[in-house]
Amino acid sequence: MRRVLRRPVGVLALAWLVLMTVATLAAPLITTHGPLDQDLGHVLAGPTSDHLLGTDNLGRDLLSRVLYGGRSTLLAVGEALLVFLLIGVTLGLASGFLGGWVDWLTVRTADLLFALPGIIIVLVVLSVFPGNLHAAMITFGVLGSPGLIRILRSQTLSIREELYVAAAKVAGLKHHQILRRHILPRMTSMVIVQAALFAAIVVTIQAGLGFLGLGAQPPHPSWGGLVADASQVLDRAPWMLIPSGVPLVLTVMALALLGDAVRDAAVEGWAVTKTAAVPTAAHAVAVDAPATTEEELPSEEAGLLSIRNLSVEIGGIPVVQDVSFQIAAGEALGVVGESGCGKSVTALGILGLVPGGGRITHGQVLFDGVDLVRSPTALAKVRGAGIAYVSQEPMVALDPTFMVGHQLAEAVRRHQRCDRRAARRHVTELLDLVNFPDSAAVVRRYPHQLSGGMAQRVAIALALAGRPKLLIADEPTTALDVTVQAEILTLLRTLQAETGMAVLIVTHDWGVVADLCHRAVVMYAGQVVEQADVEETFTRPLHPYTAGLLAANPHLAREGEPLPTIPGTVPTPRDWPIGCRFAARCALSDDACTTQPVPLAEPLRGRLTRCVHSQRLLVEGTPA
Amino acid sequence: MATFRLVVRRLLSSTPFLFLVSALTFVLVSLVPGDPARTIVGQHATVEQYEAVRGRLGLDEPLPVQYGDWLVRVFHGDLGASLFSGEPVTSVLNNRLPVSLSLIIAGTIVSGILGVSLGLLSARRGGLLVKVVDGLALLGLAVPAFWFALVLIAIGSVQLRWFPVTGYVPFADDPAEWGRSLVLPVLSLSLGAVAIIAKQTRDSVLDTLGRDFVRVMQANGFSQLSILYRHVLRNAALPLVTVLGVVLVNLLAAAVFVETVFAMPGLGSLTQQATVQHDIPVIQGAVLYVTVLVVIVNLLVDLLYSRLDPRVRAS
Repeated sequence: MRRVLRRPVGVLALAWLVLMTVATLAAPLITTHGPLDQDLGHVLAGPTSDHLLGTDNLGRDLLSRVLYGGRSTLLAVGEALLVFLLIGVTLGLASGFLGGWVDWLTVRTADLLFALPGIIIVLVVLSVFPGNLHAAMITFGVLGSPGLIRILRSQTLSIREELYVAAAKVAGLKHHQILRRHILPRMTSMVIVQAALFAAIVVTIQAGLGFLGLGAQPPHPSWGGLVADASQVLDRAPWMLIPSGVPLVLTVMALALLGDAVRDAAVEGWAVTKTAAVPTAAHAVAVDAPATTEEELPSEEAGLLSIRNLSVEIGGIPVVQDVSFQIAAGEALGVVGESGCGKSVTALGILGLVPGGGRITHGQVLFDGVDLVRSPTALAKVRGAGIAYVSQEPMVALDPTFMVGHQLAEAVRRHQRCDRRAARRHVTELLDLVNFPDSAAVVRRYPHQLSGGMAQRVAIALALAGRPKLLIADEPTTALDVTVQAEILTLLRTLQAETGMAVLIVTHDWGVVADLCHRAVVMYAGQVVEQADVEETFTRPLHPYTAGLLAANPHLAREGEPLPTIPGTVPTPRDWPIGCRFAARCALSDDACTTQPVPLAEPLRGRLTRCVHSQRLLVEGTPA
Repeated sequence: MATFRLVVRRLLSSTPFLFLVSALTFVLVSLVPGDPARTIVGQHATVEQYEAVRGRLGLDEPLPVQYGDWLVRVFHGDLGASLFSGEPVTSVLNNRLPVSLSLIIAGTIVSGILGVSLGLLSARRGGLLVKVVDGLALLGLAVPAFWFALVLIAIGSVQLRWFPVTGYVPFADDPAEWGRSLVLPVLSLSLGAVAIIAKQTRDSVLDTLGRDFVRVMQANGFSQLSILYRHVLRNAALPLVTVLGVVLVNLLAAAVFVETVFAMPGLGSLTQQATVQHDIPVIQGAVLYVTVLVVIVNLLVDLLYSRLDPRVRAS
C-alpha cells in the first residue's frame, strides 16, 4: 500500500475515488438543491455560482444529480464486486489447490462463460426481472468471475508446487491453514488489481444500462440516465455531455489507474527483494578507472578482423572493457570463460548487435581495414556477406512460421542476387555442405520439425549463404546432446578447412577449443586475461584463472578424484574491483593484486596475460 | 484435410457451449414472474380457456420437456413469435442481422488497421507514441461507447454537419449514403477495440523483436524491411489473433449501445427494445444468434491461427 501511495498516479486515482465516494454519500451537505428540484426559470443554464455544473432541460441542478446519481453506481459496484470476489476467489483457489474434478469442472465452466458477451446476458436478466438492477449486477458479477478464477488458479498452482516441498517437511498443516497462511497473502495484490479493473467495467456497464433506460427510472438520477438526458438536448446544449459524462469517465479511469499502480507496486516489491543487495555509487568510480588506462597493443600484423580496445555498456554499466584481439584469415580463435564474462557481448558487438539495448562506448572493430563501429553502411554490407553468425540455441534461431527452404532462399537471394531457380539450387548446395543428403525433404520442414542438431546445421547453412570470410559461432554446441556436439564440431572443422573461412568460437568448453582452435582468448569479468596459442595455453597457462578453468575441465578429470572447481563466482559488472578482478578467487592474490588495475603483460613473445605474478608463473608454473 | 478436421473438431467442441447458453437462457426465462398464459388470456378468461392456452404453450409440462420442445422447434427454424409485433422471431432477427454485421465487420477492419499501425509505430519509434498508445488504451477502457458516440454526433453531425445524426441507409438503397451513415457508428464502436489491439500489437512486436531468430537474421544480413514486415509481424500476429476473439465480443457488446444511439435497426438495438418491452421470445432468439456468432468468430480465429502457426497445424 505504501508503495502505491509513492506513485503520483496511484495517489491521484485513489484521491478521486475517495472524493467521489464521500461526495456521493454526503451529497445533501454539499448541495442545497435536491436532485429532483425543478427550476423552470433556469432551464439548460451553463455553470453559475448557484449551479456549479449548470442545469438540465427541467432546470434541475446537474451537480446534485451527478452526486445523487453516483449512489446507484456505488451500490452497483458494491453488489457486483462482492459476487465477483466471492465466486472468483473461492473457485480460483479451490480449483488450483484441490485440482481433480473440481478443477476440471471449474475451468470448463469458466471458459464457457468467458466467451459470452456479458451485456447480452444481463439484458436477458433485465427482461425477466424488469428494472431489477440488483439482479443485473449480481449476474454481471458472476459473468466477470471467470477472469479472476483463471488468474488465481494459475497462481495457486505455481505456489502449490513450491509448497509441496515445505508441506512434506511440516506435515500436519490443514488445507485451510496452508491456504490462509501461505497462499492468500501472496494473492492480495493480484486480487486488488483484478477487482479494480472489474469495478471499472461495472461502472461503465451500470451507466450503459442507465443510458438504455434500464436503470433507475426517471426522474431519479443515474450517471447513464444523465447522458441519456444530455442526448435529448444535443442540438441545443451539447455542453451537457461534459458534466454528465466526465465524472463517469474519470471514475473509470481512476479505477483502471489504481489497478495499474497496485500491480506496478507489487512487481516493484518483488524486484526490490531480488536486487536489494546491489551497491551502486561506490563501485561506479572503481569501474571507470581502468577504462582510462588504454593499453598499448602488442604490434602484430593487422588480421582479417582486428578488435581494438572495445568497450561496451549495457544500461550505463560497462560489461566489456578494453578488449583487443585479432583473427587472421582462415584462423580459428576460441574465446573462453565462464558465463557472465562478456564473451557473447563481445561477439555480438563485432556485428553491432549488443543485446539488452547496450552500446559500444569505445574502441574499433576493423574488418578488412574498415572500422565497423563508425560505419553503419559498411557494417550492413559486412553482415552475412563478410561476417556471419550462428547462435547458441538452434531451436529458436530460425523463424518458426516459415519453412526452412524459404528462410534459406531468402538469405541466398539477399546475398547472391539471383532468380528463384538459382536460389533453389544454391539452397540445395548449402544443405549438401552441412551434410543433408536429402535436402528436398528438409526444405519443406518447419523449424519445430527439426531436431536440435538438424536445426543447428540449418542455422550454419543459413550463415554460409553469404559466403562469409569469418563465422562467429556463439557456443554452437552448448544446447545440444553430446553425440550431436561432436557432429557439429566436425562439421565446423571440415567447413573451415574446405572453405578457408576464419572462425571465432565462443565457448566455455576446452574440448571445443582443443578440437577446433589455433588460438585462445580467455576472458574474465569483461576483460581479456590471457591470450596464446592453444597448445601453449594447455601446457603452460600464464594466468591463474586459465589454470583454474583448465583444471575444472571434465575432459581431464581423473577417475576417483573430485573435479576441482574455482571457488566463488564471477563478480557482476557493478561489483568489479579496482585491482585484479580475479583476486577474490585466486590462490596467489596478495596486496599487489588489489591496489591498482592490472595491465596486460607480454612475458613471452606472443603470450599475453593480465596477472601481477606472471613472471613467477613463468618460472614456477601454476598451482594446479 | 487437416483444416477440415479442425473445423469439425471445433464445431463439436462448441456444441456444449451452445446448449449451455440456450439452457441458461431458457431457465432464466422460466423464472419470469407472472404467467404468460394468464397474460395472454387476460383476467376474465375461464379456467378451461386458461388451461387450453397453458397446454398450447406447453407450460404444463416439466421444464426439461419444455426445453426439449423448444430445441426441436429451434432446429426447425422456429423461434416463436414476437410478443410485441406478432412477427416470427427468425424473420425479425434475419432482417436485423445485416445491419449489425456491416457495423461489426467494418468496426473490425477499422480497428484492426488503426490498432496494428499504431501499435507497430509505437514499437518502432518509442518515445511519445508509447505514451499516446498507453493513453489511448486507458481512454478505450474508460470512455463508454455510448458517450463517445454522442460526442462524435455533437461534433460531426450537429456542429460540422458532415454526417447524418442517426439512421441507417441499406447498402442496396444507396451505397454512398450507406457508407456515410456508418462512419460515426463505426468510429464509436472501434475506440475500445483500437485500444486493445494497439497495446497488444506493441507488446507482442517488442517481444518478438527481442527473440533470437531476429538477431540471427540481423547478424546474417537479412533486409530490415523483410525482418520487420515479414518475420516479426507474422510472429507477432499470433498473440494478436488470440485477442481477436476478445475484441469481437467487445464489439458485439458495444454494438448494443452504438446501434441504440444511432437508431440503427440492428440486433443490438433490437435486444435493447425487446428488454424494455419484455419481449422474451425475441430476447431468446437474439441470445441464440449472438452465441452462434461468437462460435463462428472463435472458429475463424482458430483457422487463422492455424494458418499462421505451423506448429498448431501439425498437431
